[in-house]
Amino acid sequence: MQESEVIKTGIISRVNGPIIEARQMASAGMLEVVEVGNLRLIGEVIRIRNEIATIQVYENTTGLLPGEPVYCTGRPLSVRLGPGLLGTIYDGIQRPLQQIAARSGAMIRRGEKAEPLDIEKKWHFKPLLEAGAAVEGGSVYGEVQETLSVLHKIMVPPDVKGSLISMLPEGDYSGETEVCKVRLEDGTERALSLFQYWPVRKPRPVRQRLPLTQPLLTGLRVIDTFFPIAKGGAAAIPGGFGTGKTMTQQALAKWAEAQIIIYIGCGERGNEMTEVLREFPELIDPRSGRSLMERTILIANTSNMPVAAREVSIYTGITLAEYFRDMGYAVAVMADSTSRWAEALRELSGRLEEMPADEGFPAYLPARLASFYERSGRVETLAGDEGSVSVIGAVSPPGGDFSEPVTQHTSRFIRCFWALDRDLANARHYPAISWRNSYSEYLPETSNWWKRQDRDWQNHRDFLMDILQEEVNLQRIAKLVGPDALPEQQRLTLMIAEIIKNAFLQQNSFDEIDMYCSPAKQLWMLRLLVAFSRRAQNIIKAGGSLADLREVPALDKLNRMKSEIDNTDSAAMTSLEQMLLRQLDALERKLKS
Amino acid sequence: MKMPGLQYRGVRNIDGPLLFVDGIRNVSFDELVEIRTPSGELRLGQVLDVSSSSAVVQVFGGSDSLSKAETRTRFLGTSMEIPVSKEMLGRVFDGLGRPKDGLPLPLSAERRDVNGSPINPYSREYPRDFIQTGISSIDIMNTLVRGQKLPIFSGNGLPHNRIAAQIARQAKLLNENVEFAIVFAAMGVKYDVARYFIDSFEQSGVLNNVAMFLSLADDPSAERLITPRAALTLAEYLAFEENMHVLVIITDMTNYCESLREIATARGEIPSRKGYPGYLYSDLASLYERAGRLHGGGGSITQMPILTMPSDDISHPVPDLTGYITEGQIVLDREMFQRGIYPPVAGLPSLSRLMKDGIGKGRTRDDHPHLASQLFAAYSKVKDIRSLASVIGEEELSPADKLYIKFGEVFEHNVVSQGEFENRSIEQSLELGWDALRILPRSELLRVSEQELVQHFDKPVAVNSVQEKV
Ligand SMILES: Nc1ncnc2c1ncn2[C@@H]1O[C@H](COP(=O)(O)OP(=O)(O)O)[C@@H](O)[C@H]1O
Ligand SMILES: [Mg+2]
Repeated sequence: MQESEVIKTGIISRVNGPIIEARQMASAGMLEVVEVGNLRLIGEVIRIRNEIATIQVYENTTGLLPGEPVYCTGRPLSVRLGPGLLGTIYDGIQRPLQQIAARSGAMIRRGEKAEPLDIEKKWHFKPLLEAGAAVEGGSVYGEVQETLSVLHKIMVPPDVKGSLISMLPEGDYSGETEVCKVRLEDGTERALSLFQYWPVRKPRPVRQRLPLTQPLLTGLRVIDTFFPIAKGGAAAIPGGFGTGKTMTQQALAKWAEAQIIIYIGCGERGNEMTEVLREFPELIDPRSGRSLMERTILIANTSNMPVAAREVSIYTGITLAEYFRDMGYAVAVMADSTSRWAEALRELSGRLEEMPADEGFPAYLPARLASFYERSGRVETLAGDEGSVSVIGAVSPPGGDFSEPVTQHTSRFIRCFWALDRDLANARHYPAISWRNSYSEYLPETSNWWKRQDRDWQNHRDFLMDILQEEVNLQRIAKLVGPDALPEQQRLTLMIAEIIKNAFLQQNSFDEIDMYCSPAKQLWMLRLLVAFSRRAQNIIKAGGSLADLREVPALDKLNRMKSEIDNTDSAAMTSLEQMLLRQLDALERKLKS
Repeated sequence: MKMPGLQYRGVRNIDGPLLFVDGIRNVSFDELVEIRTPSGELRLGQVLDVSSSSAVVQVFGGSDSLSKAETRTRFLGTSMEIPVSKEMLGRVFDGLGRPKDGLPLPLSAERRDVNGSPINPYSREYPRDFIQTGISSIDIMNTLVRGQKLPIFSGNGLPHNRIAAQIARQAKLLNENVEFAIVFAAMGVKYDVARYFIDSFEQSGVLNNVAMFLSLADDPSAERLITPRAALTLAEYLAFEENMHVLVIITDMTNYCESLREIATARGEIPSRKGYPGYLYSDLASLYERAGRLHGGGGSITQMPILTMPSDDISHPVPDLTGYITEGQIVLDREMFQRGIYPPVAGLPSLSRLMKDGIGKGRTRDDHPHLASQLFAAYSKVKDIRSLASVIGEEELSPADKLYIKFGEVFEHNVVSQGEFENRSIEQSLELGWDALRILPRSELLRVSEQELVQHFDKPVAVNSVQEKV
């Protein structure tokens, strides 16, 4: 922000934590960014009554004095967009934490300002249009290879329409260099650079929304096979503390088949962000073969950072996602945790003395949640390409009780619900995604893709799901009479369910092989489990016993295939399949004779 | 910062620990206030809400014997600060960081705001150094690492203090011989508790390396809000300026949260669960997040807060929100305690989130991660089978299930249970774990690899021989 642009207007009249009031603010606009006090802390106007503005401040307000000035900027809270975003860690209002650390040391000093994007750095720009071309919002007029895995398309900002009157040749330019000029329809001229701004609370426009058709493959079997999310879909991961929300989000951020990942740490631990920062650069994207950090942006408003910035961090993240979507990319946003965001709303609302609704949350909580999840979707971009934003929000219900307001409201706006289960987590069955309480409404949209890989996919999936559901019922009886009192056929169901849980559902994020499971391997595992189950059922019908089945030597291999057979080792897959079937054949023959 | 200002006489209202002062000028948010009671006693307070002409002040010393007309307030122009220096080790302070041992304030040029500043996540170093506590149930299953925040979730009458003292006494790194400096903060606990820790530190000869901040049960409750902050401010100084490894023990967080609730209620704030303010999470995080390591720095803060769960209810807001912020929790189990098991570390709900990066190859032992996972899996089955047994009777269990029952007993008695002064090496603990697993059929052990089975399950190592090696 240029010093000269800033006009002094208001005077602080009250300080109540992150909420302050200022007088002489009649000319301020709603949601305008202001700089508060002598330290010039960043804030946003959230209410105007007569000449008093209420402002939420994104930094700690200790020491602010009534009487200190408030400066208006005339701009809504915006993010800066352009090359240099990828691989960066920002705070909730897009301050680059690396630069902040360079200036203020390990502890974040207040009032610190740093450019979100490096304005000195030169990017190799390739123009794609020439002077004379007609352009409008979203037109891609050039490109920059931002990282080796991501081509950054330089787009005309959404509010610009006209014709290009100049364009610099291919070359190395800094982000603020005017690379082209557009004559707008009203005859005025507008210079464009590699960087642009967009207000975070306003969804970026698209040409149209498209129906969802493709799965967002994640490499987690329980998700891909049983509760899939579609590209452009929205999912929630609710779970009590320590049940695996963050680990699941991180696994998705690592392996989901998206071209760009936005990871928002909202009101959670600092160490978790550090972990991502440390680990991602070392990890290789199985698809691009490049470091995962090259496709990732981190937004960190950790739990000890100011609460107002927590509220905005979610919008900062989703706006960055939309920007890359507009380039035609599949983007996935992880928000961990949306409950902290809702609690920030509650805290701010409390300080504003608004009327509370459920459990102290403001009445507008559901509307805010809805508008956040609405920003997911598969779209036709302004440039006519296809892009998507998938949103995955962690939910942290108090006491692990899903009947609380945030979980309840969220479940209305998402279509995929991965319920984490305390008992599974306690038994260290990870991911602790419950097959009883989870659901995905994207199954119909995504199953076509799977059926194209394997005609029997739906049958296989449903077969295993049925066994798991039947097991739930049988367990109820077994809890009363003991499993041994059940008929052999039903005990077989229990046994198969146990195998499905061990061999398929459980997936350890730290297992070198099993942390990511390719679609091909998932299909094979599914097929093998179904084959085993069907044959086993026949064997029991023919008079065989569970003990016979337990003796099948390949059973142990079946239970261990997830971590013993590599994603690409099709020879090992075939050989295990053959061995298992051969041994079952032998068992059947023995029974017949 | 401006200079200490005028003294004001009289207040508009007194409500619980809050004073409402009118006619003030030049008062800033969070500013420290000196309050003089009608009898001349001095107390400290802090500005919670300020406008051009009035302020809400929270009194740390309690508002008893204050009067509307005769209370005087002076705004001190700074927020709450304490001096910090290495000389504070070996000393005892009150809940606001003032010497309580009769000795003068440590000579220190440096004073620091007790609220600290948030650590930049970019500047953190991810904690990975295994701390051997000598307690098997922690070392194998809920490993502590240096720079972790790992609370003890306890209940009234459970031996949390003994466990904390045992950890403080035994904690060490495998291949490093640095002592932890200990910063101890007590909020609202009885003098006996403080005394117990003092005696225990004295016995192990580390008292010179301990700084204590005591706000005891009979001290004013609002003071408790400062106590952990004062303690952590010193801890941060020691860890990040003096490069020391600091273990911070804070007890009892439930008392702290009650003080916070008291203030919130007095201010007429809209409560969220059980009357606690909606910002309890953020407030707790502002304490718990003051743990960890910094990139390029030598020191660390390992935090071990203790809290008692009201009615042993882990879903109560205090343990619940704590569990969401901390890096796991050691949960104590009343039923195990009553069966005479010490330490009664609950097998399933306990968790160490940082364990995954602190154990295994090159850190503890290659088989450690899988062994721990297997023990959890087997023990969770024990729980199911025990509840089945309580319905159908133990005799009716299948032979396989009976083995699990037996495993459960051996696990609780040989692995979890140990002496208060028994200090087990990690090898010993791991071998005890394998010993317990050996009760189960090999084919049940799917969480450990075939190779680990061959190496550890098939070839028992006598635990005693391990003991001798150490
Ligand atoms: N998929 C997984 N694989 C292995 N361990 C896991 C997995 N999910 C969770 N865990 C374990 O559970 C712990 C808690 O998970 P975390 O994601 O931090 O919980 P939450 O975010 O729900 O509080 C982790 O530290 C890890 O040890
Ligand atoms: Mg988490």
